[in-house]
Amino acid sequence: MKHGMIKVLFWLALAVCALGGTAAQAAVELNMYYPVAVGGPITKVIDDMIVEFEKANPDIKVKAVYAGNYDDTRVKALAALKASQPVQLSVLFSIDVFELMDQDVLVSFDEVATSAEDKQWLSGFYPALMENSKAKGKIWGVPFQRSTIVMYHNKDAFKEAGLDPNKPPATWEEMVAMSQKLVKKDAAGNVTRWGVQIPSTGYAYWMFQALCIQNGQVLMNLDGNKTNFDHADVVGALQFWRDLAVKHKVMPEGTVDWGTLRQKFLEGATAIMWHTTGNLTAVRDAAKFDFGVSMLPASKRRGSPTGGGNFYLFKKTTPAERMAAMKFIKFMTAPELSARWSIATGYVATSQAAYDTATLKKYVADFPAAAVARDQFPYSVAEFSVHENARVKKLLDDAIQSVLTGGKPPQEALAGAQQQAERVLKDYR
Amino acid sequence: MMRLDFKTARWVHAWLLLLPASVLMVTFTHYPIVSGIFASFFSTPRQGRPSRFVGLDNYAYMANDPVFWQVLKNNFIYAFGTIPVSVCLALLMAVWVNGKLPGRAVVRTAYFTPTILPMIAVANIWLFFYTPQIGILDNLCGLFGIPSHSWLGDPSTVLACLMVLAIWKDAGFFMIFYLAALQGISPELEEAALIEGAGRWYFFRRVTLPLLMPTTLFVLVNSTINSFKLVDHIFILTKGGPDNASSLLLYYIYEVAFGFWDTAYASTLTVVLLLILGALAVTQFNYIEKRVHYQ
Repeated sequence: MKHGMIKVLFWLALAVCALGGTAAQAAVELNMYYPVAVGGPITKVIDDMIVEFEKANPDIKVKAVYAGNYDDTRVKALAALKASQPVQLSVLFSIDVFELMDQDVLVSFDEVATSAEDKQWLSGFYPALMENSKAKGKIWGVPFQRSTIVMYHNKDAFKEAGLDPNKPPATWEEMVAMSQKLVKKDAAGNVTRWGVQIPSTGYAYWMFQALCIQNGQVLMNLDGNKTNFDHADVVGALQFWRDLAVKHKVMPEGTVDWGTLRQKFLEGATAIMWHTTGNLTAVRDAAKFDFGVSMLPASKRRGSPTGGGNFYLFKKTTPAERMAAMKFIKFMTAPELSARWSIATGYVATSQAAYDTATLKKYVADFPAAAVARDQFPYSVAEFSVHENARVKKLLDDAIQSVLTGGKPPQEALAGAQQQAERVLKDYR
Repeated sequence: MMRLDFKTARWVHAWLLLLPASVLMVTFTHYPIVSGIFASFFSTPRQGRPSRFVGLDNYAYMANDPVFWQVLKNNFIYAFGTIPVSVCLALLMAVWVNGKLPGRAVVRTAYFTPTILPMIAVANIWLFFYTPQIGILDNLCGLFGIPSHSWLGDPSTVLACLMVLAIWKDAGFFMIFYLAALQGISPELEEAALIEGAGRWYFFRRVTLPLLMPTTLFVLVNSTINSFKLVDHIFILTKGGPDNASSLLLYYIYEVAFGFWDTAYASTLTVVLLLILGALAVTQFNYIEKRVHYQ
């Protein structure tokens, strides 16, 4: 009798589980990783946007996992995909497109966005941003949190130094001259405020790319299989960066940390900083002084690389999951949400339609600094992106850091980096 | 059911009891070691180029890789910097809080607190300690007239900064073990020494230290393993920079394996790490064991 009871209970439990399982399958579950590389309560903003999406789409559940910075997120996403864990989409570095293609984990948006409405949505993004989304003639990423580098300057410090606070430097020479006036020393001769600081950890190659573009050089070709680190103008750009510390003495020697630079600017330890526009809202909320934002200064021309992350869709997804993911991506990049995201962070809104919304028009009218990154688009160039990007990027980062710490002269460091990059990239030609 | 004779039955019983532990050991230790060594003789598969046997090519590449040698040098400096200091500091702290000290419990807790904090959180805070101009270290230096310095941005100081953080974090942990061992030393020994007229330092050197040898061995092994294993702070503080001046072997392995997805080269580096740790373990257990007095 007892044996019989146990048997019945067992089958009952199994039946309940099976039914429960099928019930849960009705909702599509999306898992995604996303990075945060800027200051501010970003994860909360994303969570709020997801809650809104889930309310409007009760049959889709989105689980977004904050995974660190761009490199950490790429590692996590690829590790999960290789372990066959369910990951349908992610926000990843725009420049990782070649690496992700080589690992064969992506599905191009041309395959999924087939309707006329979808195609119109894809063509609405700024062309400058789409440069890092395209490879081999297909679109692999949709712009989400994109940026350019901008120059923040402390208007109070400018006034103190006798400079016009509304005229930030427009050329390299002006930046050097103004920074020299902005350097403040204490009684003992130690510097308490530097003129300008450009971060050289974390994303050193990005800042360096800006200097190179301003000197007229793009560091790689659009096919991602050739670099020109040893070009004379590239070496010249690195020499200029080093001279800021050693010759003009407006920047501290050694590397400048990416993560703490914002705090240093807010505490007045530097009068000018080059940083991502994604820090704009965080700076605005915390600054106790008047500050200005402007485009980067020109050498031969103005310029900045674009930056930031795109939405990518992964190959190992069912058609239902792809449809759900597309709905989510279209929601998150719609003009109204793009506008809200830009206001909450300082990232550039990714389409003209977003800037045409009433929300963003009003915000830009009140706070013109929010439009600087967008206004820099005509001068912007695709961010550094090649095959085996992580490795080649590191070669460049190491070369930059070795020069800034006085380890090697620019010519030698960049020639070495070019030689090693060639060895890696020649297999992809 | 087959009837086993008594001896075989006991034998099977013994192996069955060992089975869970051996399965775990083999799955997570022995198999990865063997497969790692095996993988180091093949090339990394990339799109269009499947993995193929390349013999010692990966090792040749490693021997010619300046970053590898830099990283190895860094790790040995780091190890020789942190191990003796951690051990001595732990011993000193334990001896100090073992005696009659007012507020002894508070001091012990204070020494132990760094250990319970997660390394990532600690590293984030120390990042700001080391920040030039606005960080605590620079402010302290300013009080003494020392100019501001980019501690983490200067290749000559960055490794020392990492070492200080590691010592600060782990010394308290080792102190606990020394404290327990000290309290296990019979007070009669000290009384006898006092009667015999032995000085305090003489007593410490000839009685306490030898009796603490088992703990010292344990602490040495642990801190050696830690100096190769604990690389969490590098992710937050420097990411191996500037120019690999603060990169350690395990961090480099992580970068190559998961940053570049060059799994064959990462396996090669892992074999090196295994050999180093194996050699250290053998040395420590054989050499030092001879000098350990167990009660």
